Amino acid sequence: MHEKLIFEHSAPGRSADAQYPQVPVEAPIPAALRRASAPLLPEVSELQAVRHFTRLSQLNFSIDTHFYPLGSCTMKYNPKACNQYAMLPELLNRHPLAPESTGQGILQILFELQEMLKEVTGMRGVSLTPMAGAQGEFAGVAMIRAYHKARHDFARVEIIVPDAAHGTNPATATMCGCTVKEIPTQANGDIDLESLKAAVGPQTAGIMLTNPSTIGVFERHIDDVRRIVHEAGGLLYYDGANLNAILGKVRPGDMGFDVIHMNLHKTFSTPHGGGGPGSGAVGVSERLLPFMPVPVVGQDGDRYRWLDEKDLPQTIGRLSNFMGNTGVLLRAYIYMRMLGRDGMQRVSEFATLNSNYLAARLRAAGFELAYPERRASHEFIVTLRREAREWGTNAMDFAKRLLDYGFHAPTTYFPLLVPECLLIEPTETESKEELDAFVDAMSAIRREAETEPDKLKGAPWTLPVRRLDDVRAAKQLDLTWKAA
Amino acid sequence: MPFIPHTDNDIRTMLDAIGAPDIDALFEEIPANLRAPGLPGVPPALNEMEIGRLMADFATRDGRPLNFIGAGAYEHHIPSAVWAIVTRGEFYSAYTPYQAEASQGTLQLLYEYQTMMASLTGLDISNASLYDGASGLAEACLMAVRANRKSKSQRILLPVALNPTYRDVTQVVAGNQNIAFELLPYDPKGGQTLVSALEPYGGQDITAVVLQHPNFFGTLEDVDAATDWAHANNALMIGVVNPTSLAVLKPPGQWGRLGADIAIGDGQPLGVPLSSGGPYFGFMATRTEHVRQMPGRIIGRTLDLDGKSGFTLTLQAREQHIRRSKATSNICTNQGLLVTAATIYMSLLGAKGLAQVAATSMLRTQQLVDALTRVPGARLAFDRPRFHEAVLLLDRPVKPVLEALARRGIVGGADISARYPSLGNALLVCATETRTLADIETYAQALAETMRNSAAAA
Repeated sequence: MHEKLIFEHSAPGRSADAQYPQVPVEAPIPAALRRASAPLLPEVSELQAVRHFTRLSQLNFSIDTHFYPLGSCTMKYNPKACNQYAMLPELLNRHPLAPESTGQGILQILFELQEMLKEVTGMRGVSLTPMAGAQGEFAGVAMIRAYHKARHDFARVEIIVPDAAHGTNPATATMCGCTVKEIPTQANGDIDLESLKAAVGPQTAGIMLTNPSTIGVFERHIDDVRRIVHEAGGLLYYDGANLNAILGKVRPGDMGFDVIHMNLHKTFSTPHGGGGPGSGAVGVSERLLPFMPVPVVGQDGDRYRWLDEKDLPQTIGRLSNFMGNTGVLLRAYIYMRMLGRDGMQRVSEFATLNSNYLAARLRAAGFELAYPERRASHEFIVTLRREAREWGTNAMDFAKRLLDYGFHAPTTYFPLLVPECLLIEPTETESKEELDAFVDAMSAIRREAETEPDKLKGAPWTLPVRRLDDVRAAKQLDLTWKAA
Repeated sequence: MPFIPHTDNDIRTMLDAIGAPDIDALFEEIPANLRAPGLPGVPPALNEMEIGRLMADFATRDGRPLNFIGAGAYEHHIPSAVWAIVTRGEFYSAYTPYQAEASQGTLQLLYEYQTMMASLTGLDISNASLYDGASGLAEACLMAVRANRKSKSQRILLPVALNPTYRDVTQVVAGNQNIAFELLPYDPKGGQTLVSALEPYGGQDITAVVLQHPNFFGTLEDVDAATDWAHANNALMIGVVNPTSLAVLKPPGQWGRLGADIAIGDGQPLGVPLSSGGPYFGFMATRTEHVRQMPGRIIGRTLDLDGKSGFTLTLQAREQHIRRSKATSNICTNQGLLVTAATIYMSLLGAKGLAQVAATSMLRTQQLVDALTRVPGARLAFDRPRFHEAVLLLDRPVKPVLEALARRGIVGGADISARYPSLGNALLVCATETRTLADIETYAQALAETMRNSAAAA
């Protein structure tokens, strides 16, 4: 399967004429500011464009076409209704700066979404504006900094992160002007409390935690962590990447977290879109309420309106030109309304059931679990260190061979502290049959690893391309097409 | 159970395989004192028919007023093919193409996008997206600090005629890293940034100069002089641009003698609906020499084991999942699906179609300005050449006028009086190719009646 570049379909003078005004108009631009030569854009018919991009789509794995157990990413089914009803023309065509009187419908939706997210997280306030998880993290750490600054506690610039944390956690801390202190994880998967006690002090701004953690287990000593950090004067940040595991079972607010970001594109099933748009709504405890990013939807009697800098004078400010990824928020709202209070609890129940079932079956099939004595959360880790040592087939080889079997690979080599790892997250929307088929594929690949390891090392064999030369890509940069 | 496929038999078999008595036992590691009693505050479930009705009711309440606001988000015609393809599950429900071999569709599309954006901006290379234009400017400022090795000051000059929310967001996102932003005034007559305001900074250590072109008022800037000044003073030039305008305006890569160093902007005009403010996407282009300082995903073409060409994420050593606290940015997931829309949009319009959209939008805005300034009490603020937006000055506060227009089904523009108090009662209006002459006449009549019905404030 190969599809030419769109530029290679071009012919001078061809275009999709139905798509723009045909009456020739001259742009009255002063000569010094005029464009001299046309940009390199395709010259294709509408059908050529449709066929090209449809063919490209067919080169992708996706949730709609494949089991996609990418750990930490929550690749669950995205109900079609969420897209359909978020794209009603009135909602699509509304300008963000149109008067509030013309947007009471959408403001009510966003207000109700804020209220539902407060309920599921146990937080006191929610701002929907961050446009992705990493921006939610940014907002959270910026609020922590603003809180300390407002108390004239200027020494608190250090953010503590466990070594298993997502890369965005330390990168965010840096962007907020903080320094990062890493603390180790114990062999059983829990945080090393002694290291935490040694790490906190008058310089501690806060700690960023994911719970269940990135290694797929619930941090059992969360009460101790909270006490240690709060007693040292720091705040607790909850990375909501794994909220799918605990919906309706335990709430970050009840665990004592001061701020949380939620990945609505994970837990609340808005699409991943080949890399976004996401949405990283943030929730806060009482003491961080004044610092929330604006705008936030408020209610005056039976009218809804935007709360801005005038209403929240201590806000950390704005993170986007308007009010965040509204279209994504609509999809999350529809999803949450369709699940309802019971459906939302079922999410964590069946995500956890699927994960523990898959872990149990893979273990029975001879795979080594990284934390076998622990209960898996919604995801778990297989380590392929034995397979690497005995047969020379590493985690990437297994991942690539899985593609040949028609499964998207789990997350590989993350978290960094487990060697040759696959982080596997099946989500609640997969059937038992799909999970069984995945176990069959993993078992077959394991037999191949023992008897025909080259089948793994050369994989994938059946996809549009075979394994790509990443070193060449970075050394001989080819980032744009140029006409021959 | 909505979206959960398990039968009772499945559940029993699976619990047996796990060795757990029931599903609740799977949560045994959560301390009992923290267990939630359910989610009583969430309403009960709706089925698809019910949620469809509810959403339609919300939508109907908001209606479809006739829109004349731009101010950073522009209503353009979007070919039906764009979103028909974008919402195909293979694009819609895939993720960041970490497994390149299983993501060649998304990767090739992004490579095509990078090619189009590099050409549109007149620069060497483009990344594959940021969140939006405003946060994109913050990323560009942080990038300039890394890329300009001649500068130690971290001082960046921002025009007052830059979209004020871009300024706010840039301050929030980049402000924690000790960057000092200083403001460049605009000419009260023409609305363009005063290049003469740069002179006092001559010979000082300035990291970068930012110019938005067309600026927030719609006015065209003297991009050549500003760019040459920046380079003569060892500062980088950051251009904030509207992608539609680049079909007819000289691209940032050709500003001045050497061209701007970084171009950023909001990609929304390229096939992305207004949708109350997002999701949109930010674009960024630069010169090859700065590629390792650029944030965001970058796709490269390479060869596979058989020597066949293919596409992959590259230069990942810049990114947070590798560099962690030393990354160029914390950006991770951003706006991939909107880039997909923009790529299909640009393919359908081509250079000719995009130039027609730009020129027609300019014409419509001129016609709008002509019609509205015939209304007593409304006049044009600035006399310099503009793109597809203009500032009108009213003889009374703008907000009540806009409210009155809204009651007539017209969204009449953005009230920028509070952000620009020296302008007085200032209304920023926009008309694109989607507005007809009849629409413009409807607006002008409504404005005239509104102004007649309410006395002037002064």
